[in-house]
Amino acid sequence: MKIAVLSGKGGTGKTLISVNLAAAAKDAIYIDCDVEEPNGYLFFKPVDVISKQVSIKIPFVSENLCSGCRECVEFCKFNALAYINNKLVVFDEVCHSCGGCVLFCPEKALQEKRKVIGEIQKGISEDVTIITGILNTGEASGVPIIKNLLHDSSLPLKSFTFIDCPPGSACIVMESIQDADYCILVAEPTVFGVHNLDMVYELVKLFDKPHGVVLNKCLEGKNPAERFSIERDIKVLGKIPFDNQLGMLNTNALIAARKDEKYKAFFVSLLDTVVKEVLQHATAINP
Amino acid sequence: MKIVLPVDDKNMETDVCISFGRTPYFLIFDTESKESTFLANHAANSQGGAGIKAAQAIVDQKVDALLAPRCGKNAAEVISAAEIKMYKTMNNSIMDNINAFNDGKLALLEDIHAGFHGVGGR
Repeated sequence: MKIAVLSGKGGTGKTLISVNLAAAAKDAIYIDCDVEEPNGYLFFKPVDVISKQVSIKIPFVSENLCSGCRECVEFCKFNALAYINNKLVVFDEVCHSCGGCVLFCPEKALQEKRKVIGEIQKGISEDVTIITGILNTGEASGVPIIKNLLHDSSLPLKSFTFIDCPPGSACIVMESIQDADYCILVAEPTVFGVHNLDMVYELVKLFDKPHGVVLNKCLEGKNPAERFSIERDIKVLGKIPFDNQLGMLNTNALIAARKDEKYKAFFVSLLDTVVKEVLQHATAINP
Repeated sequence: MKIVLPVDDKNMETDVCISFGRTPYFLIFDTESKESTFLANHAANSQGGAGIKAAQAIVDQKVDALLAPRCGKNAAEVISAAEIKMYKTMNNSIMDNINAFNDGKLALLEDIHAGFHGVGGR
């Protein structure tokens, strides 16, 4: 069962929820897809860590073979190539590594070279396998790292996979939720929180993913995110209070579901609710 | 001398466009003959790399100078590789800027921004 945790902005509690659900589930894989600033490993403190480099393919030109026909420049939908002063210029950051220019070059003047853009780290923390994607600073897109993270055939078979998504609703998040069975949207109890919730809500609807919301940092009184969820008939999976004790545990990089009985019970129950939702949806499709 | 400006429409009364890569038109102005030509910017709706494609089109027109309010890093790389000089426009008026350029009063465009990637819906 693959469960993605997402939110429209950073700091709403994606990592809190995905880390604690994975800890509560025990037989789980936790995948940190927030490759620009992964932080789940800070909580799990994985051991036996193995690293693997991730690279992409970028075209390079043999100038003596290039006839200046511009087939490649015309072909590239992302405009990663320009032909200036009788020289082909490649913009690595704009290139999406499709390889089309290499195929189209009639002079066979283009070849691909590998460019390392980041790495994947694999480790274990008790029963949980921890996978972390890291994009090198200054690289344009984390999508290739996420593809590697989610399609790693060497991953152990576990009952649950939790995908800690990057914030927002851009390409990188779409890549992260593509294969998810269920999406948990995390929301803050503010008007701004509603705006961010709406972004990811639109996204999961577009991807036709079953989804529910966890309301984080709940205070006494009005909760605009709860109201939004009720109005749109989005299942509220759970409410996490704006609690000093939880804040302290989290600030000290401790996993509440492992350190505190009350929160252990809370996340086990949240997991139970999510599992029921997933199964219910699965039977609704395949009765 | 041939100079180019990103402009909002196909007439001399329109404004200088704030964007280089996604401007709807380019005005190519010959400072000797005073002849003006408007060129549709086919890069405007690109998924990505609009600055690069627009710059390629400008380079192919063999202009000597670009007058623009700002320019992204990739476009600037293409333009400077072609040894086209970049000048910073002083206001929205096409003629004000052409006159200032002729009088040597425009400063070189030096604040090259990192780009607004994704603006075009990449």
